[in-house]
Amino acid sequence: MVAKYETFEYDVLVIGAGGAGLRAVIGAREKGASVGVVTKSLLGKAHTVMAEGGAAAALGNMDSEDNWKVHFRDTMRGGKFLNNWRTVEIFAKEAPERILELERYGAVFDRTSDGLISQRAFGGHAYRRLAHVGDRTGLELIRTLQDHAVRLGMDVHMEATMTRLLTEGDRVIGAVGYRRTDGSLVVFRGKAVVLATGGWGRMYRFTSNSWESTGDGLVMAYEAGAELLDVEFMQFHPTGMIWPPGMRGVLVTEGVRGEGGILRNSSGERFMFNHVPDFYRAETANTPEEAARWVDDKKNNRRPPELLPRDVVARAIYKEVKEGRGSEHGGVYLDVSHKGEAYIKKKLPSMYDQFLHLGDVDITKQPMEVYPTVHYAMGGLYAEPETCQTSLPGLFACGEVACGLHGANRLGGNSLSDLLVFGRRAGEAAAEFAANEGHPPTPEAQIEEELEVLMRPLSKRDGENPYEIQAALQEAMQEGAMIARTEESLRATLETILSLQKRAQDIAAPGEPAFNPGWNAARDTLFMLTSSELIVRAALERKESRGSHWRLDYPNEDPFWAKHNIVVKKEADDISIQPRPVPEVPAELKAILGEGA
Amino acid sequence: MAKTITLRIYRGDGKSGRTQDYTVQTFPGMVVLDAIHVIQKEHDPSLACRWNCKAAKCGSCSAEVNGLPRLLCKTRVDTLPADQPIRVYPLKTFPIVKDLVCDVSWNFEVAKRIQGLTLADEGSKEPLRMQQIDVDRVQEFRKCIECFLCQTVCHILRDNERKDIFFGPRQMIRLASLEMHPLDVADRTEFIKDSAGVGVCNITKCCTEICPEHIKITDNGIIPLKERVADTYFDPVRKLLRWVGGRK
Repeated sequence: MVAKYETFEYDVLVIGAGGAGLRAVIGAREKGASVGVVTKSLLGKAHTVMAEGGAAAALGNMDSEDNWKVHFRDTMRGGKFLNNWRTVEIFAKEAPERILELERYGAVFDRTSDGLISQRAFGGHAYRRLAHVGDRTGLELIRTLQDHAVRLGMDVHMEATMTRLLTEGDRVIGAVGYRRTDGSLVVFRGKAVVLATGGWGRMYRFTSNSWESTGDGLVMAYEAGAELLDVEFMQFHPTGMIWPPGMRGVLVTEGVRGEGGILRNSSGERFMFNHVPDFYRAETANTPEEAARWVDDKKNNRRPPELLPRDVVARAIYKEVKEGRGSEHGGVYLDVSHKGEAYIKKKLPSMYDQFLHLGDVDITKQPMEVYPTVHYAMGGLYAEPETCQTSLPGLFACGEVACGLHGANRLGGNSLSDLLVFGRRAGEAAAEFAANEGHPPTPEAQIEEELEVLMRPLSKRDGENPYEIQAALQEAMQEGAMIARTEESLRATLETILSLQKRAQDIAAPGEPAFNPGWNAARDTLFMLTSSELIVRAALERKESRGSHWRLDYPNEDPFWAKHNIVVKKEADDISIQPRPVPEVPAELKAILGEGA
Repeated sequence: MAKTITLRIYRGDGKSGRTQDYTVQTFPGMVVLDAIHVIQKEHDPSLACRWNCKAAKCGSCSAEVNGLPRLLCKTRVDTLPADQPIRVYPLKTFPIVKDLVCDVSWNFEVAKRIQGLTLADEGSKEPLRMQQIDVDRVQEFRKCIECFLCQTVCHILRDNERKDIFFGPRQMIRLASLEMHPLDVADRTEFIKDSAGVGVCNITKCCTEICPEHIKITDNGIIPLKERVADTYFDPVRKLLRWVGGRK
């Protein structure tokens, strides 16, 4: 098959137009590079809009004791020290500057009485640290970055899905994919490529992720030979909606608990007090009275157990339900009604709206029903802390698709500042790389191979339904590779994935290629299956419980795995899975970490 | 007890099309977008429809349900008449790409022409100081999720098809959010009058009524912009001063 396609050339090609991608565009443009950005959706619709709580940065506007060192310590502790210390150091130091800069681009954060950016408390952060706008901080970020990137000038290719990275030897030199609107093949050549494709969560049944989060960025890089790190770590946000069925998995912001929301089981017990790990006992309230006082006086009280790190709260909810103390629809209750109608409508307007209109629950009067939902991928592409360069020359990664910042568990609020800090660094480094490189010839054979994969389902009349394969995969991942994992459950899930991969060779999606969701889903399904396989294989390897990775058959932390990341890499036709020592934290930073480092 | 509903959905492109009926089983709390997804999974995977967040935060799934532009993810099927098919059409104001998907690129094109936030101390790295009370109204406008429902119902754009003279309500509140930013120093008045065409809005408030974010587009955004234009260009005293001063 001879491929017909349109070609675009840029110094820097950015794949993904969420916060990280758009900040990379700005970084590359400021360095003088020509930039093209490709997005699967319309501009401004990426998953960043879903972020509610805020962007963590040690501005110290609320608590003057806060500084980058405390943010560094909190992030490392939350990540159970699997983080790349240098990535975290850069992050904690630069986040305040990136937030202030955003304000100058046009973001309008909520204010303190002094007229500075107000900051909110969040799980795992020692001080009030999250710059926010009500419960729509993500929207504020993406719209601000979108407008600023438009101002600086970029070519935006909306509704185009990249399905394969193009390479010359090791070096990544572009990408090929299709335009959703007309189904035509399109090739982008970039002297440097920034991958900012976000996370992957659609392979689970309970997920807060949209249709886009199918793992294509991760898998494209894997197929091109890039090193992936710690993909076993998926974050389960403790509070997703569980009812009605159509809303299952949709996020209930941590802000609800930050504003004093209480978790109860079916017998009305405030169960989180029974699930406080020793590691966090000293900094957690030990009575409901202290927890209640904390909402208004954070200096003299310790935080409620509901605001323990996400992995702890998600596990507690799982156990309560498993042990028969679940709510009507199999979750637990989250109640904020004691804060009163006026307060709730002011502080949590979109949650109020979401539950009232879509869930028939008035949260000013009734509790919500919640259950953990897949939320974030901590693992991803290995990225150099300074430049975000992956293990492949010419390929840079930032935002959720990259790995290094969050370790075994991400703190809420760290992802929005992550995409600002490392979006900028990736964009700038890509522009610098591009300045010294040319465009190698287009690798026609790679394009033709991809065309073959893409077009196969269209030409089949009878075959597998991509949605049925996705549903079977979601069922298997939910059952065997979600919050609670065992050797047995993971093996069973892997078996299912491998058999689904065989069935997926036979997917049929007849019709025309123009805006054909079934045909698009066919290719997405392949990405979902590969990314699921990598998650499960890495989860089998890590024989311990740490952060979000909870092995019922290895319930404790293990000293070997405490000091090792898991590297996944494609070798010929095999998957290489190897432990690699976590970079040693230098002495002066170790001192900051204090106890537990 | 499973009930069924029938959806009558536009199938086709900008040149030709027809409607097709689909019957699906309902479940509690079902929204129209859920029903579309059931159709894609069980009846016809090629049915085109945009969506992303499914939580009314991204503004992707705008379409017309029983004649009214809505977010499909926020429209419960149990709020619609049960005795007739639910009619789902693409937005009328924009060219159809396929089925329920429209070409909304015009909105992105006009947005490029708007001058962004302009500060007096451009280039400085100092934190900005603004009081909450002064940013409240700007924050109201910044709630916009760019669903373009307001653009869709605007008579100037929808019925008169005059995208050449009016940027539409969405861009009016974008302009208002910049003009009312406490620290913005740009003067967009001439642009708002001549390029964006604020004068042609006849304040029927259809945009305000349709806004899923409950932004008071007309009262808080468009009318104050009209007043700024009127103050600058149509106030007789200022007009005289301009004439005397030899400026336009």
